[in-house]
Formats: sequence, structure tokens, C-alpha cells
Amino acid sequence: MSKGVLVDLTKCFGCGACTVACKLWNEKKYDDVNKPTMGENAHLVDINWTVVSKHNVTDAAGKPAWRFIKEQCLHCVDPACASSCLVKALRRTPEGPVVYHPDLCVGCRYCMVACPFNIPKYEWEQSFPKVSKCQMCSTRIDNGEMPACVSVCPNQVMTFGERDDLLKEAHRHISANKQQYIDYVFGEKEVGGTAWMYISDQPFDKIGFKTTVPKESLPAFTWQILNKLPMILVGWTAILSGIYFFNKRRNAISESKQDSKGGPQA
Amino acid sequence: MTINGNRITFKINPFRLVLILFSLIFVGIVIYRLVTGLKLTNLNDAWPWGLWIFIDVKLGVALAAGGFTTAGIYYVLGVKKVKSVVKPAILTAWLGYCLVGFGLLMDLGRWYGWWHPIFSWGEHSVMFELYMCVLLYTIVLTCEFAPVLFKGIGMMKLSTFFTGLTAPLVIGGIALSTMHQSSLGSMYVLTAGKLNELWWTMILPVLYYASAVAVGPAMVTCETALAGRFYRHEWDHPAMTYLAKWSGYVMTFYAVLRFSDLALRGQVNSLFAFDTVSLMCLLELGIGCVLPLFFFWSYKLRGKEMTQKMIVRNAVLLVLGVALNRGNVVFTGMAKAAGEYYFPSLGELFLSIGLISVGILVYCFIVENFDVFPEHVHHPEVERQQDRPEGATCLQA
Repeated sequence: MSKGVLVDLTKCFGCGACTVACKLWNEKKYDDVNKPTMGENAHLVDINWTVVSKHNVTDAAGKPAWRFIKEQCLHCVDPACASSCLVKALRRTPEGPVVYHPDLCVGCRYCMVACPFNIPKYEWEQSFPKVSKCQMCSTRIDNGEMPACVSVCPNQVMTFGERDDLLKEAHRHISANKQQYIDYVFGEKEVGGTAWMYISDQPFDKIGFKTTVPKESLPAFTWQILNKLPMILVGWTAILSGIYFFNKRRNAISESKQDSKGGPQA
Repeated sequence: MTINGNRITFKINPFRLVLILFSLIFVGIVIYRLVTGLKLTNLNDAWPWGLWIFIDVKLGVALAAGGFTTAGIYYVLGVKKVKSVVKPAILTAWLGYCLVGFGLLMDLGRWYGWWHPIFSWGEHSVMFELYMCVLLYTIVLTCEFAPVLFKGIGMMKLSTFFTGLTAPLVIGGIALSTMHQSSLGSMYVLTAGKLNELWWTMILPVLYYASAVAVGPAMVTCETALAGRFYRHEWDHPAMTYLAKWSGYVMTFYAVLRFSDLALRGQVNSLFAFDTVSLMCLLELGIGCVLPLFFFWSYKLRGKEMTQKMIVRNAVLLVLGVALNRGNVVFTGMAKAAGEYYFPSLGELFLSIGLISVGILVYCFIVENFDVFPEHVHHPEVERQQDRPEGATCLQA
């Protein structure tokens, strides 16, 4: 069964403990000046696998308010990045995390182009850069623990568990608190479903979520094309060979009538 | 050392000196890039792909389509009148793919692992298929051109051996090209939701393949016209007319497909929205589809014979159109998803310019020392026999 995390955005007050836990567990450097992990300018970059970004919104009473969004790789159920990788350097484990294997990576960056959420980042400053993104603490999950960020949250914003259970819980929670939440679970259907899912009191497009992504699995699009290629390869070669032998024979017949020169090859 | 019994020649003129200068700069940039990584580029997390992917890979592969198309026309379809362009086309395709391979290597962040895909198969990846096909096809092209090289250095047995392989090589080459020319389009199918809808469609692979089959002969036409100018070759009018018609018909198929696809997906309004994206798309369609097809069909329908000027003009338009199309997919269509602007750095620019310069120099060296162009073109009696309305201008140029 695959794991997931449900994020209740109404509970997050932006303390940023999760970003610290992430840096410590994954041994990533800090650069609060150029690459902050919290606030309005917080963005996922090579050293920031997770950030808490601040968004100005209007609350239910019509007053200006802040909302904090915990951002990281969403760990798609059918990840475009993993399907795009020509060496399988990105793989989804049966438990759910989409994990990067730098030893295999050749650095083509197709995963960055393919990701519908623009999550994978690159170590542009390095001589031999690696792709950089949240691994959902896959080694911790293997040991039966929860991801580092989830484990340190002081306000239980994030719930770690079986994805299917979390989804049911999310819908139950929304219908029990209809006034408080938008009736939508982000990540339930996006690109075929993601391991990380969000519920919110604000429309998702107002707080920086990519709501325009397709609802279908992206690798399925490509697979519709790729699975036809062996047939095309065999069929096309057969057709070309047929035409070749037909024309060769026709030319041989006409050449026996009139002399002509050979091919352009030496 | 001699080639074909003649001493090796390589004349130096101002144009070539400039190319040599660019090549030297290129070598410097390559070394710097291999040591320091991609710092010299303007690539960033928003624009992981830039000029190198566009010119060295996407455009390079499309324009090198002349190799498999002309080889197919000559060997498979048995159209003997295109004979004079086959060998030069295979040469430019071979050099083209070598440059593409090198360009791709430069773009790989961890380039020393370039051989990983051979052992770790990502069979669900279009990039894997592209990699394998380009690798195999470069080997195929090397074998296709090998007879000329081996004959030149006097190894006749090897030359004959590779000549004997021509038929399977050409057929295999077309199959491989079909796969990877379409893959360049399929690659962007995965960017659903990111690539602008004016370009994103499930038939991207068909469109890419069709445009490559159309632009391949057009590129051969441009190269022949240029080589004809520099080397004072005869303008092989029957061959060029055939290629022009080929491109015309294939481009018609492409245009019908492209416009009906836009219409069926309800994109006509965004096509005529006249914002930057729509203008770039209109420019691409105008230059690459509408204009060349207008010229082609107006000649065709009036039963007029195509002149050299018209053939070359159409070929140039097709090449520009495909360049715009590939550029639009890589840049214009992805700009909104990226959210910021990208402009190549000088390092990126000069690496690409240098790569092309090296290609031109190697091309000049090979055609001046090996039997690439048919020998008989300089014979006066052939010139008299040929029916060529505007061929004279080419000779004087």
C-alpha cells in the first residue's frame, strides 16, 4: 500500500520547523539571504527541498490574512519525472516516495521539463550537478517512521498514513466542517493523484497551487505513443523492404533492356 | 599522404579563417564547460533547456533529416534522378548527427555518464528511445558514408564491404529516423498543461515526423545551392525539382494535419489572439506552411515548371518554418510555464556557433578531398545536354 501525507493548510501558522527538520535530516546547507526557506520569497531550489511560503489572502470575514503553504515534491502516484528518465534515475518505491538515484543520472534535465509542478531543481553551481528534490525521507519510511518534516510539526498540520485512508479522512473532515473548507482535496486527482494532498479554506489557485494541471496521469499520454513503436518499427521496416525489392526487380528488368550506371556509392 | 591519388588539399580563405577562429573559441569553451559545469550558461531551474537543446539537438536532428529522406527516395523508391544529391546528403546528415551527439553531450550535466542508458534502460522514457535511435542511427550513417572514406584512403575491400550493406543500412536508417524524428515531438507530449495548447497535441510525433520528412530534402536543396555557389557545380534541375515536389506534397499533408488539429482542439481563437504567443505561431505557420505551399501550389496548379529561384526560396522558407516551429515549442510555448525570460549567454551562443563552424570546416575538407560530388558535373557535354532554365546564374555566382 502506498503512503501519503495530508496537509491541513488551515492549521499551518508558518513556524518553519519542518524546513529545519528537512535541512538537518538531508544535510542541506542554509542560505537565508539568497535562498530563504520561509516567507514571501521562499522557493524550492537545490538546497531547499521543502519551504513554507507566505501568501496574502482575504479570510472568511473579509479581512486580510496570511496563509502558509508547505511546499515540497508531491510524489505523484504515476510520476512524469520517473517516466521521463532515460536511465531510471528517478523511481517510485512501492511505498510512494519518488526517489532519485544520482549514480545513474546523466543530467539531461528532462525530468525538470516533464514535472507538471516544476519540482525537480538543479545544482547549477556544481561541476557535475545533481537533480535535487524531496525524497519523502524514503529511508525513514522504510524503517516505519514518518518523514522528518511531518514528525516535527508542532500543530499536526500534516498527517502521515496510507494514502487511501487519508483521502477518505480528508473528505470526511471537509464534509464535517463545510463552512471552514473549500470542498476540494488537492492531489486527489491532479495528474492521476499525488501522495501529498492538501485541504484548504482558500481557493487553491489563490495560494500558489498549479490548479491547471491535467487530471489524468501524464505518463499514460506518452505510453499511448511509445507502446505503438515496436509495431511501427517492424511494420515500417517490412513495408520499406517490400518497396525496395519491388523497385530493385523493376529496375533490373528495365536495366536489362537498356544499360545504365550503378548507384552513387563508391 | 594522398586521398584518391591526390594530395590532401585544404585552401584557406578569409571565410574559413573566421570559421577556424570560431572553432578555436569553441574548443576553449568546451574545455571550460567540461571542467566547471553549466555555470557558463543562462540556464536555471525555470529554463532547464535552452539554446543547445534547441539548435544542437532539436533543429540539428530535423535539418539532418535530408540523409534518410534522400537515401530513401534514391535506394528504396528507386528514383534515380536524385542520384547527384544522395552522397552529399548522407555526408551532411552524418556530420549533422555527429554534431548533435556532441551538442547533447555538452548539455548533459553529468556527461561522463553518457553511456548509462545503454545499461540502465528507461524504456518508458521518450528520451531513452531518442538516445538509442540517435546513437544507432549515427553508427548507421557512419557505415553509409564509410565507402567514400575507405575508397579515398585506398582501402577498397572495406569500401566494397560497406557498399554491400547499403540496402539494409538505408532501410534500417529510415526506420530509426522515423522513430526518433517523431520522438522529438513525443517528448513534449509529457508536458501537457505546461506547453501552450497551440503546440501541445497528441499528434506531436506525427507533426514532427512529417515536418522532418518535408524539411530534409529542403535542407539538402539549400546545401546543394550553397555548395553549387562555392564549388561551381551544375544545378541538377531534375533532382531539385523532384525534391521540391516531395517537400511540397509532404508539407501539404503537414499543413492539413496541423490546421485541422488546431481547429478540432478549438484553438482557432487563441491562434488569432494576437498576443506574443499567437504572433509567433502565426509567423511560424506563415513562413513554414502558408507561403511555401502557396508558391508550390500556384506553380503546380498552373502547370508551370518550378524555377531554380523558386525551389531555393521555398526550401529556405521551409527550413525557417521548421526552425521557428522547434523554437516555438522549446521557448515560446513553454514561456508561461517557466514564468521568466531566458536568453542564451555568450558561452552558449559561441559553443553553438563553434560547433557549426567545425561542422562546416570538416564538410569542406571531406568534399574537397573525397568523391562526394558526382564527377561528371564539370564535363561540358553534360552541361549542354541538361535542360536548366536558370542554371547559368548558379555557375557565375
